[in-house]
Amino acid sequence: MTALSLNLSAERGDFVLAVEADIPAGITGVYGPSGSGKTSLLMRIAGLMRGADTDTVRLGEVLLEDGSTWLPAEQRDVAMVFQDARLFPHLSVADNLAFAHRRRRRDGPSIEQVSDWLGVRDWWQRLPAALSRGQQQRVALARSLVNAPALLLLDEPGANVDPQGRRQMLEVIADVCARQSMSALLVSHDMRDIADTAAQLLVLEHGQLLAQGSVMALAASVEGPLARQPDAAAIVEGRVEQHNSQYGLTEVSVGGQTLWTDQTSRPRGSTVRLRLPARDISLCREAPRATSILNVLPTEVTAIEAGDDNRVLVQLRLGDQYLLARITRMSLEKLGLQVGERVFAQLKSTALIDTARGIYDE
Amino acid sequence: MLEALWITVKLAAVTTLWLLVLGTPLAWWLSRTRSNLSHAIEAVVALPLVLPPTVLGFYLLIAFAPQSTLGQAWQALTGERLAFSFSALVIGSILYSLPFVVQPLQAAFRQLPEGLLQAAASLGASPLDRAASVVWPLCRPSFIAAASLGFAHTVGEFGVVLMIGGNIPGETQVLSIALFDRVESLDFDAAHSLALGLMLFSLVTLFLLYRSSGRWSVRL
Repeated sequence: MTALSLNLSAERGDFVLAVEADIPAGITGVYGPSGSGKTSLLMRIAGLMRGADTDTVRLGEVLLEDGSTWLPAEQRDVAMVFQDARLFPHLSVADNLAFAHRRRRRDGPSIEQVSDWLGVRDWWQRLPAALSRGQQQRVALARSLVNAPALLLLDEPGANVDPQGRRQMLEVIADVCARQSMSALLVSHDMRDIADTAAQLLVLEHGQLLAQGSVMALAASVEGPLARQPDAAAIVEGRVEQHNSQYGLTEVSVGGQTLWTDQTSRPRGSTVRLRLPARDISLCREAPRATSILNVLPTEVTAIEAGDDNRVLVQLRLGDQYLLARITRMSLEKLGLQVGERVFAQLKSTALIDTARGIYDE
Repeated sequence: MLEALWITVKLAAVTTLWLLVLGTPLAWWLSRTRSNLSHAIEAVVALPLVLPPTVLGFYLLIAFAPQSTLGQAWQALTGERLAFSFSALVIGSILYSLPFVVQPLQAAFRQLPEGLLQAAASLGASPLDRAASVVWPLCRPSFIAAASLGFAHTVGEFGVVLMIGGNIPGETQVLSIALFDRVESLDFDAAHSLALGLMLFSLVTLFLLYRSSGRWSVRL
């Protein structure tokens, strides 16, 4: 089901934004360097910025704009969370939330519920000026959730928030979206935020749409725009099999193989996403017999892409999922690796980032 | 003298009301537009600040004359003569006090972050809703200042009224004109009490204004 259908543009001096995309329901990440047009894209969808006459924007069945139609921001079933929070300075936190609640179009979570989920209840009586920027960000998110829009536009919602708070915010976003069948565009310059929550991904650069697809497929692509990033990392999904509290580890099965990660709080049987940084994965021809590395996975080389820094990116198939390994060109030649060959991928357990728990500071 | 006081207060109140009704949208437009026309309009609005009031009064006198287009139209619409009427005083006062209302409002609107209005719109607030729930509470001190200045300045008006009012007791004779009258007829006792009253009124108004502008300010 297409939630959002875009053919839009915007101009600001030299900068030109032009994006054409059909975006499915659910959470979609928007990733790109600063200045790539992420915020402009959200502002255009929100109806807070004008584009060209040839633009069309459709939200579900509703035409938001085309050559002859322009729904103003207040008539779009969309709420935007701005990077700078934009709380009303004359209203207390509770009144800011009530402002959004009074103007919502459908049933949704109550002010009390959202306040508890995001931990803002203690600040109800305070004015925004008495909150830190991170606290203001949380209230701004709470305010938009209370507004219960069909589409949530999130512009770096976790900016200025500590890793734990950020984690909590993303979890609440995912939770509310699922429960309210609400869709969201999540703008971030940090892939970890997106890896956590989004199913789909748009990659922007210089106002152009570089790539669109599932987060996992794009993260594992060796030619895609994400592969060029120094922190390129595949994202895999696995099932929590068991916790080993004696060693503080959790066993996760991925594509029929076993992976050990730092112990997570996720219950057995639940699905977790793991983000595996390419630079933390090494390769060997034969299974090492004695090694301190816990995770040695039999994989198949599916693609090799040379980078411009004497390093190559190797894509490996593990069951029906893919890993990425960044190794030196010298190692590649020493191993004589070819596409189609079998190879063992090694990763330290600590290298695993359980994005569902969000060990951000590893 | 009480009659003159009543007319003065009535004139200032009616004028202030009209100034808020007309001046607010004008100030809003001036604060948001990028049109070149805005500078021309700003200049026209500010004109009474530098122009001798008699110049404005002279042109209005001619415009309000019974034979003039405006005078004729007014007569046809209301059945009353415009020249030397209370309505003429109101129109003159609106023009004369316009900058005192428009300028503080324009400055306040300019300082109002556009982002707050965008946030309100994105949460579903219509333009009128935004005006009532965001603009008004954040700009309230400026509205109070603008209204007070408009009122006080209208009370202090002389030149325009002298030209277009006709000094008709009970209809167009305001305090400042009454004072002029008393001095002309060498009735200095009455002139003293009028002058002192006007001075005290202006002083108290300004004092209250300065005091409240500190108390009402909202941090943005």
